[in-house]
Amino acid sequence: MKNTHALHYNRSAFQRLSAVCLNTLVCLFSYAWINADGIESISFARQIRPILSDACFQCHGPDANKRKAGLRLDQETSAKKQIDGVWIIKEGAPHDSDFIDRIFTSDPDEIMPPPKSGKTLKDEEKALLKTWIEQGAPWEMHWSFEPLHRPIVPTVKDSEWPVNPIDFFILSKLEKEGIRPSLPANLNTLARRLHLDLTGLPPTVEVTRRFVDSEDPLDYERMVDSLLADKAYGEKLSTHWLDLVRYADTVGYHGDQPYTVWPYRDYVIDAFNSNMPFDRFTREQIAGDLLPNATRTQKVASGFNRLHMITAEGGAQDKEYLAKYAADRVRTTAGVWLGATMGCAECHDHKYDPYTMKDFYSLAAFFGDLKEKGFYGGSVWEPEMPLPSNSQEQEQDQLLTRVDTLQKQLATPTKELTQAQSAWETLVQDLASQGRLTWIPIQPEQIASENGTEWIQQADLSILTRGPNPEQETFTLQWEPGQEEAITGLRLEALTHPSMDKMSLSRGGGNFVLSETILTVVRGDNEIPIKMEHAEADFAQNNFDARRVIDGNEETGWAVDGANKKENRQLLLTLQDAFHPETSDTLKLRLKFTSKHKHHVMGRFRLTSTSVPDPVLSETGLSDEIYGIVTKPSTDRTEDETAQLTKHFMERTPLLDEARTQLASAKSRLDTLKNEIPTMLVSMSVKPRVMRILPRGNWMDDSGDIVQPAIPDFLDSEGLNKEESPLSRMDLANWLVSDKNPLTARHFVNHLWKIYFGYGLARVMEDTGSQGTPPTHPELIDWLASEFIRSGWDVKHIVRLMVTSQTYRQTSTPSDWLMERDPYNRLYARQSRFRLDAEIIRDQALDVCGLLMDQVGGPSVKPYQPAGYYSQLNFPKRTYQHDTGSSQYRRGLYTHWQRTFLHPMLKAFDAPTREECTAQRPRSNTPLQSLNLLNDPSFVEAARTYAAEILTSGRGSDRERIRSAFEKVTLRPPSHKELQILEDLLNDMRDGYRTNPERGRELVKVGLNSAGAQCPPDELGAWTSVTRALFNLHETITRY
Amino acid sequence: MNAFNAALQRRSFLNRSTVGIGSLALSQYLKPWQTAAQTTEIGARPWPGVIDPMHLQQKAKRVIYLCMAGGPSHLETLDYKPKLAEMDGKPMPESITKGQPIAQLQGQKLNCLAPQHPFETYGQSKQQICSLFPKIGGVADDLCIIRSFHTEQINHDPAHTFINTGSSVSGRPSMGSWLLYGLGSETENLPGFVVLTSVGKGGQAQPISSRQWHSGFLPSNFQGVQFNANGDPVHYVSSPPGVHNNEQRRLVDAINALNREKDILVSDPEIATRISQYEMAFRMQTSVPELMELKDEPKHILDMYGAEAGDGSFASNCLLARRLAERGVRFIHLYHRGWDHHGNVKGNMVTTANEVDQPTAALITDLKQRGMLDDTLVIWGGEFGRTPMAQGSGRDHHIRGFSLFMAGGGIQGGMSYGNTDDLGYKAVDRPFHVHDLHATMLHLFGIDHLRLTYRFQGRDYRLTDIAGNVVQDILA
Repeated sequence: MKNTHALHYNRSAFQRLSAVCLNTLVCLFSYAWINADGIESISFARQIRPILSDACFQCHGPDANKRKAGLRLDQETSAKKQIDGVWIIKEGAPHDSDFIDRIFTSDPDEIMPPPKSGKTLKDEEKALLKTWIEQGAPWEMHWSFEPLHRPIVPTVKDSEWPVNPIDFFILSKLEKEGIRPSLPANLNTLARRLHLDLTGLPPTVEVTRRFVDSEDPLDYERMVDSLLADKAYGEKLSTHWLDLVRYADTVGYHGDQPYTVWPYRDYVIDAFNSNMPFDRFTREQIAGDLLPNATRTQKVASGFNRLHMITAEGGAQDKEYLAKYAADRVRTTAGVWLGATMGCAECHDHKYDPYTMKDFYSLAAFFGDLKEKGFYGGSVWEPEMPLPSNSQEQEQDQLLTRVDTLQKQLATPTKELTQAQSAWETLVQDLASQGRLTWIPIQPEQIASENGTEWIQQADLSILTRGPNPEQETFTLQWEPGQEEAITGLRLEALTHPSMDKMSLSRGGGNFVLSETILTVVRGDNEIPIKMEHAEADFAQNNFDARRVIDGNEETGWAVDGANKKENRQLLLTLQDAFHPETSDTLKLRLKFTSKHKHHVMGRFRLTSTSVPDPVLSETGLSDEIYGIVTKPSTDRTEDETAQLTKHFMERTPLLDEARTQLASAKSRLDTLKNEIPTMLVSMSVKPRVMRILPRGNWMDDSGDIVQPAIPDFLDSEGLNKEESPLSRMDLANWLVSDKNPLTARHFVNHLWKIYFGYGLARVMEDTGSQGTPPTHPELIDWLASEFIRSGWDVKHIVRLMVTSQTYRQTSTPSDWLMERDPYNRLYARQSRFRLDAEIIRDQALDVCGLLMDQVGGPSVKPYQPAGYYSQLNFPKRTYQHDTGSSQYRRGLYTHWQRTFLHPMLKAFDAPTREECTAQRPRSNTPLQSLNLLNDPSFVEAARTYAAEILTSGRGSDRERIRSAFEKVTLRPPSHKELQILEDLLNDMRDGYRTNPERGRELVKVGLNSAGAQCPPDELGAWTSVTRALFNLHETITRY
Repeated sequence: MNAFNAALQRRSFLNRSTVGIGSLALSQYLKPWQTAAQTTEIGARPWPGVIDPMHLQQKAKRVIYLCMAGGPSHLETLDYKPKLAEMDGKPMPESITKGQPIAQLQGQKLNCLAPQHPFETYGQSKQQICSLFPKIGGVADDLCIIRSFHTEQINHDPAHTFINTGSSVSGRPSMGSWLLYGLGSETENLPGFVVLTSVGKGGQAQPISSRQWHSGFLPSNFQGVQFNANGDPVHYVSSPPGVHNNEQRRLVDAINALNREKDILVSDPEIATRISQYEMAFRMQTSVPELMELKDEPKHILDMYGAEAGDGSFASNCLLARRLAERGVRFIHLYHRGWDHHGNVKGNMVTTANEVDQPTAALITDLKQRGMLDDTLVIWGGEFGRTPMAQGSGRDHHIRGFSLFMAGGGIQGGMSYGNTDDLGYKAVDRPFHVHDLHATMLHLFGIDHLRLTYRFQGRDYRLTDIAGNVVQDILA
């Protein structure tokens, strides 16, 4: 740090200033409005507007409902006018400006802002306002709304220092401030910083050393290029994007059930890795589904519109939740692309920025075409799109082809089949001509049910049950047979009916079990059994064949899989001897449904009898219709009838049994496959729903005006065709990345800057509006934004510019003097230093110990988590099962993101729940973080695994091993003192573990991986203490 | 920046100082380059809070909020409605229900359901309380019963979010976080905002979300920390297997020594904070299990609560709440999940009332015996009430009028405030909104709710959003 302060300007002037500003320390660092030499011209945008916004806009701003005295101070024409002959603001004349009188008066009734507003103006602010009016009250638009122009890169005195335009902007301001940039960071620090910033993973010792030792000045840029080409780059950058778009794995409300959107996360990673232009990235997310011939990837991207929280809470009203979702989309879209806090305008016009309520609901209206629900009953999220993997897609295609082939085969007559059909027709005709297919209807005179089932006889003589639905039932049918004909057999038809379960055969789930049929004749006072010889059915399910109805065992019976096969069935009962009725005989048939299968009672049936010898069921169960056709001479059949008959035959012939089996199995595999293929929530466009302004945000109030999709009114939307048809999401996406909109590029480069410099150029990341902080380097942000657009929205280009700048490469350690002069690092005379993000802290530990699994994308994973953490969840209750195998060791960004109960490690280290758009994570420093790093099994396992590696492959003395472990974690050699501290720790622990070696063994039980099981337990324990210490260092979790 | 300014104001030495004070002194003491988000610990001291001096006289030092999660029926707890009994089975007048939000009863016939249990008068103040709560009745003279409470969200999830943060939109700080931010905590060994949960046997155990104790846009330090009955009482508060206390201590010493070495090189104020956090973490490893260990409580105290160590019951949690209060924890939030009585409100009320009656009364009695009730605000109530209309044999969610009670902490005992209409539907007499509860609560802590703000998204946010009135009538 030699000569750092050679450019020190007048130090006493600085001290004077600090005395003036003591009560308002802020001003010291916020604005350069007074320099050491006196007054410089005042910037309205940076200095005046923020004061007006904070102190005045609440009553004199964009919100028409809250506006007092009809006065607006957010618009030049309104502020510089006369009211009742009095100037509000008169250019160049503060004494003639009522505005000045009112802020300087001591009269409590006159003073502005009024005391009850709780707002006051500081003396410095009043002075500044006065000076501004003296200078002619120049007016500018708020900086972020100004059209984007490409500023000229400034000149600097020290032309040696800058390497790219960023540096010129930074240095030019530093030179004005009389500050010199800091020296470059140590090369090992720089290598670690660059790796962590670009990929979220530390470099290896080898890479670091090679870089440090290299004499080639181009090595740094080579390192940048190779890191930008590393797939880990996309993973790292995605983490920030996923916070913004509030990507998570669960729905967020109430039961917080899981939903599938992870393919969207993978899309983002791929997009950053392939350096997709940001304008295309924008279009695909907001309107990917609307692109012509949208690809699967583009539809996945459109999942962006579905990432908000949704509810399946019973009693939730569709309308209320649709309003919540619509508002969420406005907040998020505005937050992600515009850096606008439009959420305020849900209930009233924005108080500080010119967003109106109408703007809010008009923006919401862009998304009115999305197919969605408010309440997702039964946790069925829709619409979803299937996303088969390559192999799944291949298998699915094969199966579909196979099904198609088999179906064709089953429908195409061959010579063999035609012959078989005509043989079958002949057989049926023969049987028919013998009368063996004719059945005489029986109309029972009495029907009794033992357990109370009621019934009604239908016109077709079938018996339809109804009323009580007992678990078991026995029907007794009685009739007097005619005496003309003998009876050789009975036919019982089970018939479907709409009143049965799902139009099936029974009220017991669709199936029945007929356990016994008993036929008797009542002759005089006697009831004589009539023996059955044979029973057969046109269909029976496995183990329930028809013969079981006459086996004398009520436990067994005939059943037909009626729950799945809802078809009419027939049962034929053949009598042992033909029965010749006598006068006054009454026949009784008992149908017993008395098996253990409850409610399995036939729901509708019909009884017929025959007198032909050897009766048969027509082998295929002919319907009357088919019977009619088949018994007709073939020449008399119509074309339709012929086709119908062929179809009937083909569907049943045993010749095609094999093909039918194959078809069934292919279809069943297809079904299974469909369940295996992930499906994801996507955007689907339907007829737009009506969007209204909701007065005070009240979803129950339908009195507001209907709005059409529109860009916020004060922003330039020229060229958007508002007349012909309503604007679409595609129009919105196009506008967001059009040259009419200056916000998107500014906002996004500001985000990138935050990632690589610790803070945004405009520091309030979530608000580029008037209540945000103006950028510290307005020209730089504009230059970067215009360069971003000029490069074709090339993200890697901007990232490369940033990380190759000299500004980036400075040390992050400030001199004492610089720390006093610029404690918040607003001038970037050094790099920033900050704690690593939660995910990166995890990744780094896993990477150092060698456990990190190198895989991009896929379903989210579940690292170890304390038992019972999900016990507050319900519908359904959940038990967390951590992953086993290598998915335990995935990068933090793939962690299952449970919105209501985020993984405790992520939560402790400030990862957001992603319930809302998050532009900036806090960087806290808490005891829970210490407990986590000390005791979370993920870190203990990593430390022990690393200790085992040191023991098995490390070389040299304790001291040498400690030195190399320290270097591996921190990428720098330890000092003598640091070595000593660790060596003492090792020895102390070694003593302890020698006395209690079993404790060393216990460490092996932490986690799935058993590395170290073969090591001496005392050594393992001692070395694990060393590696735990290393993983817990502040330095380890900090990016310097 | 706001927090930072406030922190500046809080340091009394600044008030004493004059122009002569240089930024050097500031930097040594305050480390002004730390942002608010970073400066939650100053050196090894706990966060002192941004409110100093106090806006008002401080009455309450801590809150024990007994959240009856699921939404207890006010009609079978604190709000007696004889008229509703007369109307049993008759249609609810449409003039009352028309255009009002409704949950599961939407599109159904709305018939009145009589109070399912009798009420009795308790105490010298003759408070009317349902006879299912005789023990709470026993402390009636300490209670201020609010019968005109009302809220804005009718489903569990957003209703909890609303009553905790003053908004149904996620991302706002919970009331415990606000208090901690404003006042800091009085313990160096425990988190300042602790959450305990239990599950009842009556009705459905509706889920709750950690959003309810999240710090929202406030720094994470201010979030509530959940204590668990099973496993580690606080996540990761136990040393790993094979590591005993002395080894953990030795390790923390080494970590801190190494951190100090780094600080010499880079002079990073975050390191001092980190060191103090490791010390606090280590203290928690002892203090938290010690806190959860109820065995050192005398039998008569355990019996008074009906608590058994480690059973995770509401009774145990009430006793733990007292122990946390004794140790200086600022906000203690208990959730008892068991009040969602959509069906069989009669039977379920008996079950759930039994679970909470004795422990609630014991807590108030115990605090009083120890002289702690005066500065401990106890609040008892759900995220909403239940309909006077029947949902089968139960009651649906209801937000237009329901009840809660408060005790201690500067609240007047033996009184009731406000009322619903004759059928217990709408708060008609002096309606008491969720924002009013928050405003009044902050007032008791010496805070003007209008002045406890935090700048986020360009706006100064408050717990009370843009509303809230301090209800003076219930202050002692």
